[in-house]
Amino acid sequence: MAKYITKRVLRSLVTMFIIITVLFALLRLMPIEGYFENYDKMSATQVQVKLQSLGLTDSLPKQLLRFYKQIFHGDLGESNVYRKGVAITEIIAEKIPISLKLGLISLAIALAVGLPLGVLMARSTRTRFKIGDRLGTVFIVLVQAMPSAVYHILIQFAGSQTYIGKEILGLPMLFDASNPKSYILPVISLSIGNIAYYAMWLRRYMVDESNKDYIRLARAKGVPNSKISFRHVFRNAFVPLVQYIPNSILFTLMGSLYVESLYSVPGMGGLLVTAIKRQDNTLVQALVLIYAVISILGLLFGDILMGIVDPRISFAKKEGSR
Amino acid sequence: MKRSSFRPIRRQMTEALEDKLTEQLKQEVHPPMSDEEAFSFAEFNAEDAERGGYSDYSYWKSTLRAFFQNKIAVFFLIVMVTVLLFTFIQPYLPGQKDPLLIHNDEWGLPLNNIPPNKEFWFGTNAIGQDLWARIWSGTRTSLFIGFTVALVEAVVGIFVGILWGYVRKLDFFFTELYNILDNIPQTLLLILISYVLKPGVSTIIFALSLTGWLDMARFIRNQIIIIRDRDYNLASRCLGISTGRIMVKNLLPYLVSVITMRMALAIPSAIGNEVFVTYIGIGLPVDIPSLGNLIQTGRSLMTVASLRYQLFFPVAVLVVITVSFYIIGNAFADAADPKNHVK
Repeated sequence: MAKYITKRVLRSLVTMFIIITVLFALLRLMPIEGYFENYDKMSATQVQVKLQSLGLTDSLPKQLLRFYKQIFHGDLGESNVYRKGVAITEIIAEKIPISLKLGLISLAIALAVGLPLGVLMARSTRTRFKIGDRLGTVFIVLVQAMPSAVYHILIQFAGSQTYIGKEILGLPMLFDASNPKSYILPVISLSIGNIAYYAMWLRRYMVDESNKDYIRLARAKGVPNSKISFRHVFRNAFVPLVQYIPNSILFTLMGSLYVESLYSVPGMGGLLVTAIKRQDNTLVQALVLIYAVISILGLLFGDILMGIVDPRISFAKKEGSR
Repeated sequence: MKRSSFRPIRRQMTEALEDKLTEQLKQEVHPPMSDEEAFSFAEFNAEDAERGGYSDYSYWKSTLRAFFQNKIAVFFLIVMVTVLLFTFIQPYLPGQKDPLLIHNDEWGLPLNNIPPNKEFWFGTNAIGQDLWARIWSGTRTSLFIGFTVALVEAVVGIFVGILWGYVRKLDFFFTELYNILDNIPQTLLLILISYVLKPGVSTIIFALSLTGWLDMARFIRNQIIIIRDRDYNLASRCLGISTGRIMVKNLLPYLVSVITMRMALAIPSAIGNEVFVTYIGIGLPVDIPSLGNLIQTGRSLMTVASLRYQLFFPVAVLVVITVSFYIIGNAFADAADPKNHVK
């Protein structure tokens, strides 16, 4: 296990090194207008001076080397356009807690609603009319098939209306950190996709699992249904889903672009788009670095967690056999 | 033939009949032949070769039958076909307006933000263009983008996925390539492309296809790894069949159902991506209406109660299209699975 993890981390480092290099090259391809607020009015010398002060006139290898050195020192650099001269770690430190708070609340809700929904649907496939399964499927299909932008808009709209002249829902449309009522709509928007996702896959795996021989044996020898569902089917069906949970947790750090801009949440969500558009190269590099670390760590933790939950999965063997 | 005499007569009769039948059957299947005949080469006879191995099972027939048994899917198929047909014949119907024409009243003032009425079925937008015409024109654009992107995604994704999964030497290379490409944010690529190329339909198709195949390739690769060492593939390899033929004849048919499902889901997701691209401000220019920029305009007017129709009409059309594709795709994938053919 330890050997497998070390090997994997080392390979991830190489991958990240390449990602950074490619990214660096791509960012230098962008037109230089983005660095200036009023490019048209500036003289060639002014442009030159500004570029020099940003360190963009040095040769590319030199810039790249400087960047690697910086990362190696654990310094993500300073933002040069978005908020000039402010350390990126500082910008991110302000934004991450907001995204993280909303994200974790909604992930908790998604698991608390999605998993029981999945179990309920799987169990209802064995009843006569399958009502639970059908209703659940309608919900999942709607959420999965609609572009996420559309249901976010609909949730925001439906939640902020006053019905029959009364303040039944009338929830605030925009996010305000000091008003707990304004958390409700963004949290619903963020969790609804995950609810559908976890419910869909849990149902699928549970239905597959409950057709296996050992479950039929358990049923034949008279084990009560609820015991079969939870002791056997659920525990085995949950294994493949466990892999996604660390990913889901880590990705809450990055926030959601749609939800955060729709409710004007000052979180991480829109930061990357803003940074790319304003060509804040150091900020883009830092953010992509964080993204890459998060997705690599998410996969690694997911695999490790899966190995812990299901003792049949072994990583040592995987390496040799294929 | 010795038989115990105390057996009931009835049983004896049955056995006699059975013997007779067996004898008859033997005559039919293996007509008596002389030694000379039995030890010489038989001539090839197509009719004889077919005997006994016949079944009227046809894969596509069974697939279609299973699909049409699903009433909900058939309903959505009808809805989708109607919508698709309508989007394409709409401009040729009488009394349709130009999606780009700005309508003015008799004093030359633009008829803007008119709520739905007899003249403008879906109302007009902020500069006086007919929303009905714009929505159908936008649907055409979005569907075109969706179909093209899904097609590119399928072709490139399947090709790379099969190579990646089947050819062991390429596995390491493609895995690392995937890790790198997957970690370059799509937003960055999209923005870069929109800087370099002129915004338009072909730019969006190019940008969305550039990264869209990654998921498909990985998905196919995982499927291939599951089946590549099954006995029938092993047998083909032992018999010296070329890799290309194994891919086309052994691996691809197995994947038909999952591929069609991914394709059917790729279309709505490409349309959804188009909405996203417009959302971050690098979508199509306003003079090419698409569902993406119609929804985006509608969203900015959401706070004004009387103008909400500008959001709801395009959203409704978008939802009908994406939901139909999703349901038809899933139903077809179920129908294409041979396990569901035998009832």
